[in-house]
Amino acid sequence: MEKQLLKLRVNGEEYEEYVSPSWTLLRVLRDVIGLTGTKQGCEDGYCGACTVLVNGKAVKSCLMLAHQAQGKDVVTVEGLAKNGQLDPLQQAFIDAFAVQCGYCTPGMIMAAKALLAENPHPTEDEIRETLQGNLCRCTGYKKIVEAVQLAASR
Amino acid sequence: MSLKYLEPTTITEAISLLSEYGAKAKALAGGTDLVVQMRQKLVKPQYVVSLGHIPDLDYIKYDPANGLRIGALATTRAVEKSAELQQRYPILCQAAHQASSVAVRNMATIGGNICNASPAADMVPALIALSAKVKIVGPAGEKLIALEDFFTGPGKTILQVGELLTEIQIPKLAPHTGGSYKKHGIRGAADVAIIGAAAAVTLSPNGICKDARVVLASAAPTAIRAKKAETACKGKAIEDNIIEGAAQIAAEEAHCISDVRSSAEYRTEMVKVFTRQALKEAAQLAKASG
Repeated sequence: MEKQLLKLRVNGEEYEEYVSPSWTLLRVLRDVIGLTGTKQGCEDGYCGACTVLVNGKAVKSCLMLAHQAQGKDVVTVEGLAKNGQLDPLQQAFIDAFAVQCGYCTPGMIMAAKALLAENPHPTEDEIRETLQGNLCRCTGYKKIVEAVQLAASR
Repeated sequence: MSLKYLEPTTITEAISLLSEYGAKAKALAGGTDLVVQMRQKLVKPQYVVSLGHIPDLDYIKYDPANGLRIGALATTRAVEKSAELQQRYPILCQAAHQASSVAVRNMATIGGNICNASPAADMVPALIALSAKVKIVGPAGEKLIALEDFFTGPGKTILQVGELLTEIQIPKLAPHTGGSYKKHGIRGAADVAIIGAAAAVTLSPNGICKDARVVLASAAPTAIRAKKAETACKGKAIEDNIIEGAAQIAAEEAHCISDVRSSAEYRTEMVKVFTRQALKEAAQLAKASG
């Protein structure tokens, strides 16, 4: 199995690794770079636990071969806090009690981050529609939606 | 799984690689179908020919003389959000909006959705309803094929080794044309369609249907036109009773099967329901347009 050189920019930092072409961005983020905030869920593209931002857009990192992300800006949940201060979305998820087991949370936050960047004051329908690709087994989604609304209001 | 990732920077280079490696190679656009299939070992390519570095294949261009041309690598999200399409071909935005979740739409391409050739593909019925043609480029040259003739079975197309679909062409719409795509999925867009129905209707100035297209997803081995349902609309005013009749005929034309998502009986009934909804909305939009 031949590895190919991959240059990735993740959370503003440059990484150069030899990576097997069959590895997804999700696997490289977690197992090569060591950023385990992005979660492995279904790995089939429907649960959204693997959601990250690539060039500002929410994508499912389990559906992207790592080499497809070369030359692009990848942002994971670890890249949100600045100077020790949580992103408003992260703080809102805490304040609104939108985290139970926490497994869906990074994906939810990244999907919501992309939404708020494009649409700073979304309606509840728009939030729910955006999060259609992110599954949560714990919360029933209500608190998650409230967290996004809270972040939008701040 | 031994794999080599190739990054051609021109269509010519991509075609040359696909020809050289033949059945051992797969073209990669967004990856939302191929990467899943690779992970599930449904396909085991030795070469992935990534098209992402070929510039200028993601355009959405309209001109009044030639109509609409969409590059194969235009993402579903770009189609959904295009102001030009929302104005001129809103059925495409409606279909794109219902094609999986936002994050997937950011990655998935219209060319990939077509070439993956799932009978449930959400962009396909809307495109066929608009009489779309696709440009295929290969070692032997270029050809233009009607999209409705592109599919030969579930996951199967007329593409030969080395050929790439590069562009989708849609003619300028006749005046008083309206289109609608309605998808039935339990969780909405994020689900594979249990049934999808696209309708495009062109009215004469006095409200009689001059042309109708009804195209179904997940109702046959490929996307199909319900031609008898179309005939039932032509030459008549699209009133509720005509719509109901056409919807019933569409259900009879479908060849629904039972699978993990649904039973054949339920699907057949849903063909009627969603054809009715699509025809109704298409007719309303046709009346409202100029």
